[in-house]
Amino acid sequence: MQAFVPGSEVDGFRLGEVIHIGSMATIYRLTGSDGPLPLVMKIPRLGPGERAVNVIAFEQCRMVLGALPQSPHHPTLVTFGDVETTPYLVMEYIDGVRLDGWVHEAPVGADEIARLGSALALSLHDLHRQGVAHLDLKPTNVLYRTTGEAVLVDFGLAHHGYYPDLLAEELRYPVGNWVYMAPEQVVGIRCDPRSDIYALGAMLYQLATGRLPFGNPETKAQLRQRLYREPIPPRSVFPETPDWLQEIILHCLEIDARNRYASAAEVAFDLANPSQVTLTERASRGRRSKLAMLARRWLRSRNFEPAPCPPASDHTGPAPIILVAIAPGQVEDALFEALQDAARRLIAADDRCRIACVTAVPPAATLGGRRYEETATGRHIKHLVNLRRWAKPLQLAEERVTYHVLESDKPVAALVDYATMNDVDHVLMGGPKAGAPARLFPGVSAQVASLAPCSVTVVRSRAGN
Amino acid sequence: MKLALFADIHSNLEAITACLSHAKALGADRFAFLGDLVGYGADPVAVLDLIEEHAADGAVVVLGNHDAAALGRPDDTLSSHARLTIVWTQAQLGEKQRAFLAGLPLSVPDDDMLFVHASAAAPEQWIYITSLREAEDSIRAANTSYIFCGHVHEQKLFYMGADGHPLPFRPVPGTPIPTGKHRQWLAIVGSAGQPRDRNNKACYALADLERSRLTFFRIPYDFALAAHKVRSAGLPERIALRLERGA
Repeated sequence: MQAFVPGSEVDGFRLGEVIHIGSMATIYRLTGSDGPLPLVMKIPRLGPGERAVNVIAFEQCRMVLGALPQSPHHPTLVTFGDVETTPYLVMEYIDGVRLDGWVHEAPVGADEIARLGSALALSLHDLHRQGVAHLDLKPTNVLYRTTGEAVLVDFGLAHHGYYPDLLAEELRYPVGNWVYMAPEQVVGIRCDPRSDIYALGAMLYQLATGRLPFGNPETKAQLRQRLYREPIPPRSVFPETPDWLQEIILHCLEIDARNRYASAAEVAFDLANPSQVTLTERASRGRRSKLAMLARRWLRSRNFEPAPCPPASDHTGPAPIILVAIAPGQVEDALFEALQDAARRLIAADDRCRIACVTAVPPAATLGGRRYEETATGRHIKHLVNLRRWAKPLQLAEERVTYHVLESDKPVAALVDYATMNDVDHVLMGGPKAGAPARLFPGVSAQVASLAPCSVTVVRSRAGN
Repeated sequence: MKLALFADIHSNLEAITACLSHAKALGADRFAFLGDLVGYGADPVAVLDLIEEHAADGAVVVLGNHDAAALGRPDDTLSSHARLTIVWTQAQLGEKQRAFLAGLPLSVPDDDMLFVHASAAAPEQWIYITSLREAEDSIRAANTSYIFCGHVHEQKLFYMGADGHPLPFRPVPGTPIPTGKHRQWLAIVGSAGQPRDRNNKACYALADLERSRLTFFRIPYDFALAAHKVRSAGLPERIALRLERGA
């Protein structure tokens, strides 16, 4: 057995300082003649006293990470050693701060939690869209780059729908971190990306309150508590927690995966738009369920039936977000109705989709006018009313539609940024009429269509209407 | 070194031709035909001649239960449709094809690989590998890193866990799966000539032996022509429909 100490050589790579010692592996910086390289080497902990799962996690990590394309949201796998002789992974070094830094300072402010949480949720969504569930999310496995993007590390327990799950055999006891583990993982389900949403909720809970939602379970019985009881609502632990944040956290921590957010993109959306969070009973919950309810749930939990895993990624994501761009001042004309028709067709095609009604307006003059409608607030409300008027005939449930007035001199950039930040799946917007005279510069719809990160449908009213 | 694996070709010339040309385009330089070369389909002579050419160049070929039946060996497990086509097939085969079939082994070991039509535990019993128990028996009997087989028409990969029990996996076509030699793998490559999973595309698998990767493929082919030939030969309509529908 080779000893791995800084300075020793592994397959031609020279080990530098140890940067992390996990329960399954140790991570070293690599060095060259001019100092540290932007690479790390991960070596599984093997040998006497170590668990067999360490080497399986190594294989799983290699397989999942090797299958993922380069992305800012996870380290790139550079090369790997043979599992039988010298198992190691060489990966990109992530220059970032681990989330546990914030955890030690919890309770953290709600704005900061929203920023950290939405970046993390977007990274998760990026992963889920590729058929991967991380399944071992914890504050030490989340790093933040200086640009604010969240990076997920350690894919040793991850599940990729396109590859055999080498950890399935380890089902006899739940693998992963018990603190952040979802109820379905407790009973051995390893294919549900919504398990990551639960872990995300547990981390948000910890950031908001400074406490763990279910403590630090040491026995299987303590671990199983989450199959039948919810955590103490965050506002009861730390009263300064805003209601929208409690709503988001408890929505993530639902026992049944089907009652959680359907996608991490939705969590990111809500965290990025606190004013748009639909508050339910969760937001105002003051205490846990009554004893009688607990007893009933406890009885049922002995035969806990986890939700079936959603089918493997189908590129569109489980709950698409559709951005409908309404031009400011657009009233009930033919185009207004054409947009409604187009949205209606999309809603009929997928009953889980959410509609974000957006309008981009030039920033209001700071002084404002004399009349109320001319003040900044008045104008803002006028635009909101117009958006609501557009959406009303669609008769969507409250939680499926949101309204946003973006103040910007550059409507194209504002819409594209919004679509990018919120991981919008589809943009719906009006275009110039058919047969309109050719223009020297492309219009807003043409520019959005060329710059948006997703599909864009340009809707036009029929000529002659 | 890339090894293309075909099973349950069932006299379907269009399907095996499409799979072979797909594999060759991807650089396949070794070939294995995992039994049930004939039966059901309308081109037994052309298919056997094509496979015999590959065998002369070193391809592995093993005997399947339909091939054994075509040689006149009794098989109680065959359905009435299958038996009918076997009788028809026997009338088509010449001395050359019969001699080729008669010379085929039940299984072929090759270093850390084993090629067999059904279960390595008892190749002549034509056991279907449909459960973990049967997969485990076959893996234990073979005692090689890789077992490549057919008989069951759907693609499936079993892999041995550290606790000594196999686990099933349904492969995603076109996705290369890392299949390290330190584990044991049993691959059912799927039927090239008669897919039955409501998908009429032909099945095969390609093993990259140097990089230890296995990729399962589904290949579109001219199933209409194959079905037309079945009807023209006066074979049961059910077989032509099966080619069209993949079920």
